[in-house]
Amino acid sequence: MTRFRVFALIALAGGILLAYFVWTTQADPTSAYRFKLGLDLAGGTELVYKADMSQTPPNERAGALSALQGVIERRVNLFGVAEPLVQTEQANALTGTTEDRLIVDLPGVTNIKAAVAALGQTPTLEFKLATTTTVGTTTQVTYIPTGLTGRYLASAALQFGSGATAGLAAPQVLLNFNSAGAALFEKITSQHVGQTLAIFLDGQPISEPVIQEAIPGGQATITGNFTATAARDLVRNLNFGALPVPITLESSSSVGPTLGAAAIKAGVGAGIIGFAIVALFMIAWYRLPGLIAAVALAEYLAFMLAVIKVIPVTLTASGIAGLIISVGMAVDANVLIFERTKEELREGKGPREAVHIGFARAWTAIRDGHLTMLISGVILFWLGTSIVQGFALVFVLGVLASFVSAVSLSRVFLLAIVPEQKSGIWRFLLASGISHF
Amino acid sequence: MYIVHHRKLFFWITGIILAAALGAIFVWGLPLGIDFTGGSLMQVNYPNGRPALSVVEKQVATIPSLGASSIRASGADAVSIRTRTLLPAEHDAILAALSKNASTTELAYTSVGPALGSQFTHKALWALFAVVLVIVLYIAFAFRKVSRPVPSWGYGLTVVAMLAIDLIVPAGFYAALCHFTGVQVDSLFIVALLALLGYCVNDVIVIFDRIREHLAKNEKTGLKEEFEVTIGKSINETMTRSINTALTVALALLALIFLGAPATRDFALVMLVGIVIGTFSSIARSAPLLIPIAKWFNK
Repeated sequence: MTRFRVFALIALAGGILLAYFVWTTQADPTSAYRFKLGLDLAGGTELVYKADMSQTPPNERAGALSALQGVIERRVNLFGVAEPLVQTEQANALTGTTEDRLIVDLPGVTNIKAAVAALGQTPTLEFKLATTTTVGTTTQVTYIPTGLTGRYLASAALQFGSGATAGLAAPQVLLNFNSAGAALFEKITSQHVGQTLAIFLDGQPISEPVIQEAIPGGQATITGNFTATAARDLVRNLNFGALPVPITLESSSSVGPTLGAAAIKAGVGAGIIGFAIVALFMIAWYRLPGLIAAVALAEYLAFMLAVIKVIPVTLTASGIAGLIISVGMAVDANVLIFERTKEELREGKGPREAVHIGFARAWTAIRDGHLTMLISGVILFWLGTSIVQGFALVFVLGVLASFVSAVSLSRVFLLAIVPEQKSGIWRFLLASGISHF
Repeated sequence: MYIVHHRKLFFWITGIILAAALGAIFVWGLPLGIDFTGGSLMQVNYPNGRPALSVVEKQVATIPSLGASSIRASGADAVSIRTRTLLPAEHDAILAALSKNASTTELAYTSVGPALGSQFTHKALWALFAVVLVIVLYIAFAFRKVSRPVPSWGYGLTVVAMLAIDLIVPAGFYAALCHFTGVQVDSLFIVALLALLGYCVNDVIVIFDRIREHLAKNEKTGLKEEFEVTIGKSINETMTRSINTALTVALALLALIFLGAPATRDFALVMLVGIVIGTFSSIARSAPLLIPIAKWFNK
């Protein structure tokens, strides 16, 4: 018994520490452990883009997708959003076709149009031939697309030309095309020597080099009146500025801050009241064990919330639903144990023995119930879409925690308190419902 | 023993409830929301009071080539407008049209491409199917030591038969809810069904676990007991637990219905119906269903 009392005190202290952690990290606005709220609760915009990989060879797709992610991340950062999230997703083969997606979460942004404008236009790197036409006294320059775009660019690098005059090494931009791009580039340059091949980024000419000679081999050097800084910027823009594959906006959603705030307030309120009602019911029906279950449940909640903060799990409306169901499961494990214990008490066993046997007997049902739920949860997470995954993740965590809390916490607390013999007040405390023994 | 003796009555009650639910689903249908079909849904609030819906309809109709749209009231001062998948410019045009004569704020906007929608349907169905399959396998495994008078996979099949009804009834309820309030099937509804799946399996496993325990004990002591008696005993012994657990979860859900966010209200309602029917069916139907199965196997 002393052993169980020590364990019980440790468990209580641990629970209080966890609750303290959950509370203080939430009260401190600068803490890294505040709840991460999903866009449906915090407000914000989610954009889902489909990457068009039809022009990309299959073995280059994974690379193209991560390059795409890098580009979009950079654009998002320029857009000035706190804690943006850019993810890629490859829709699995269930539907037969694979689809590459890019998911952009912009917390706090509710203006979809501005967000789409900043990210969603397919900004491209293009090479255009400049032709000059003279009409009367005005010269007009028109640019003709060559079909050579950023899709064919493998990389760009900054280099300093080994100029004839020592000390005057001019900054140059080196372009590396992939094989298809190299062929195209050679064709263009061989046919248009002496013309200007302008480089356009997002429709703006950023450099207008003149073709000196036909360029085989897929490498081009842009020389010009570059300052070192301008050349470096250009290299950065070329490397990161153009999308490797075209993207189209497939779905978008935004939740205004008022709706999200109301949802949180109502959700927290319902959670607290719901928990209080459940605890009251447990205490009213199961008396002392009910009180212990309520304490164990409070610890369970503190633990779950701490885990959600530490991992961190992004809380969404469906995640909160998962949390509520898993609390129900945790209650159920306790109810199972108490009902079993009560049966043993009825057969005249002493309280401690009854608690021991009650736990042992309830174990198989708890095990099978939790295991099936765990398996279901894992499958849902594996197969589900993001909203189902939000539910499944919290549900799986909750089932695991319930497993631990029911078979260890409630047991330790009960064994720390109940005596060997059933007498006096213990008769009442260990009984349940409307019966008096 | 009451339930076992009157199991035919309970099978009939189940049949009637099931028929009503199926009727609701077939007559009214489950209107699929944009998560499944693709489309756009916007929720716009009028802080100074909502104009008549016909006014809003006229304003939306000014957008060219929009096709059919559905407009309904939402909450006290807001409307929700459902259309085909909108381009960002069209979305802006609608907002501008709505704001012509009144001040508006957009509460939420969702737009789902048709391809994404059909993929969600696929995935949701696969997930449901996979979960059910694994449950049968697991239960067959967990009950492998008790194969008389019902083979262990018989328990698994019974659970699946029960789950089918446990999911059809809340779906029927939702069909009625959709019909009368105009809501649509969204992904939260699927989440509710999945959660119910977990709850109901756990519920029936507790009863089956008791049957398993009695059968094992009888085998050890050499007691010849009618299968009906074993089942009746198991149901009675687990009934308080089944009801108490359902009651606690129902209390939590009631808190969610009356105090929770509007977004989760329909979810909680479906869960509540599902838990009531799930508890009824695990007590009154799942274990009694084993009796005819046992008779069939021991012919």
